[in-house]
Amino acid sequence: MDQEKIEKIKNLPEYQQLVKERSSLAWILSGAMLVVYYGFILLLAFNPEFFTTIVSGEHISIGFPLGVAIIIFAFLLTGYYVKKANADFDDLTAKIKKEVE
Amino acid sequence: MAQVFKYLGAFIALALLPVAAMAAGAIEGGEKQPVNWPAITMFIIFVGGTLYITYWAAQRTKSAKDFYAAGGGITGFQNGLALAGDYMSAASFLGITGMVYLKGYDGLIFAIGFLVGWPIMLFLMSERLRNLGKFTFADVAAYRFKQTPIRVLAAFGGIAVVILYLIAQMVGAGKLIELLFGLDFNYAVLLVGALIIAYVTFGGMLATTWVQIIKAVLLLAGATFIAIMVMYYMDFSFETLFKTAVENRNGDMNILFSGGFVSDPVNAISLGIALMFGTAGLPHILMRFFTVPDAKEARKSVFFATGFIGYFYILAFIIGFGAVALVVGSEYFAGDKLVGGNNMAAIHLSHVVGGDFFLGFISAVAFATILAVVSGLTLAGASALSHDIYANVINKNATEAQETKVARISTLIIGALAIVFGIGFKDQNIAFVVALAFTIAASANFPVLIMSMFWSGMTTRGAVIGGWLGLISAVVMVVLGPVVWTQILQMGEAIVPYKFPALFTVAIAFVSIWFFSITDKSARAKEDKEGFEAQFIRSQTGIGAESASEH
Repeated sequence: MDQEKIEKIKNLPEYQQLVKERSSLAWILSGAMLVVYYGFILLLAFNPEFFTTIVSGEHISIGFPLGVAIIIFAFLLTGYYVKKANADFDDLTAKIKKEVE
Repeated sequence: MAQVFKYLGAFIALALLPVAAMAAGAIEGGEKQPVNWPAITMFIIFVGGTLYITYWAAQRTKSAKDFYAAGGGITGFQNGLALAGDYMSAASFLGITGMVYLKGYDGLIFAIGFLVGWPIMLFLMSERLRNLGKFTFADVAAYRFKQTPIRVLAAFGGIAVVILYLIAQMVGAGKLIELLFGLDFNYAVLLVGALIIAYVTFGGMLATTWVQIIKAVLLLAGATFIAIMVMYYMDFSFETLFKTAVENRNGDMNILFSGGFVSDPVNAISLGIALMFGTAGLPHILMRFFTVPDAKEARKSVFFATGFIGYFYILAFIIGFGAVALVVGSEYFAGDKLVGGNNMAAIHLSHVVGGDFFLGFISAVAFATILAVVSGLTLAGASALSHDIYANVINKNATEAQETKVARISTLIIGALAIVFGIGFKDQNIAFVVALAFTIAASANFPVLIMSMFWSGMTTRGAVIGGWLGLISAVVMVVLGPVVWTQILQMGEAIVPYKFPALFTVAIAFVSIWFFSITDKSARAKEDKEGFEAQFIRSQTGIGAESASEH
């Protein structure tokens, strides 16, 4: 890629929008995953008593729905990212490619 | 092609020889398990099927791109299954169910740690990797830097992780096969080695991927069946499941709660970092992003992989508790311990819920799992040797034919090493190797890779010093840690009190990369920094990226 092409792509509004949207989405979702996971680990480390709470019947402790919820949350985050990316990023990328190629 | 087929035929004969030998041996020997015919029948069907796939793939594997990246023609869904298959190793299936069986809730905490690296990999890495890379993760790590030092570092880090992971898989495989099939350990390791060399040498990434996909489907189907049967026996009530489990543990409620697995926050966070960033530094996983046609399929593949892995861990959790609740007959116990150890919990449970036939099926699936994961590892190790070391350092003018030939020779070397190490480490305590593999992946491969994609100020010097310091500190701290220092070397109290020292070694790598980059005033540093813009644009848009091959 030569300098002229680099400058051209950098100045495209579609490119700037793509970088901005993808970066903010990626960092927000990564942050959400990290907060949830390390929040869970810190809760386990500093308040283990919390996990002895029984939420249903006599044997279902709060840890089970919480653990499964984290797994489902991780999956939903990836689904959300892919949905957003398929809807917006691919269009923008196609436009950028059309402009420069 | 005829010649290849002849070799394949020889391999089939070679591969199946030990099965016959084993059948004879098992009749004589009193100590080994009885011959498990349903397992052997299903296993032979699986081997036959995968060798046919290898033959089919061999006809389509001509160029280097075919060999390393299956021609770039794998779809997102297929790649999602293959990625999940790489991650759902026998160690992970049997290990996590065994851990739930032993410790209850703590097993779930561990499984969650293994999963959460995947979304991060999707958000920050998958599309960029696809847009920048060609065959190996070193292509991305070395993109704008001086090739030789970064390639050597990445190949070293990659091969170290592959070899350690291989040792864990091969020793585990030998033990498992000895127990399930009544097959001698050395034969079992030889059999695995011969088959994976056949898959990878002839079929390359295409065969490796399809073996992985088939195994992933079989494993998911088998695990689903066990979990449904567990719930059927428990009237589809988790209350009944947990209640029965607690009753079988003499009323001890502790399996329902965390048993102090993360009582030490530093250890817990360090483990989390090792699992999360280690996943994003495993060469056989990273390599799969180059098998899809574009960034869109790359991101879809992580979505599917995360779904399959998450689903699998929920099943593993039900299976582990199901084993506590249902594996009660005296035939499954030697004294008060499970026959074959806690890691056999899922296997015994499959017998309880599905009889001899289903036990055979799950045993064959466990064997297939080992074959598939070891194939992926071998291919990743061979690629590091042939693509990074040979074609980019030793002989920079190598033709594609030369490189592909070296790749096949490298496969033989890595496959032979896997056999030698598998047999050599047979009776060794290998508990440390997985910790070491993940710690190296997180401390050497991951920091260099991620910084090269995100930080414009990184220079060759920073990457090389930071990467090597991460690698060396990982090895040193694991050796001084509780598993090697205390358990294996028996030197008394560990100098480093963490099994996974990733919290420190990852920090060492990142800080060194930063420090030795900002203080680098060389001409090369200027060139490195200037290259960032072009790299960044390609990583975002895919302009100039590798495309899928024509056929």
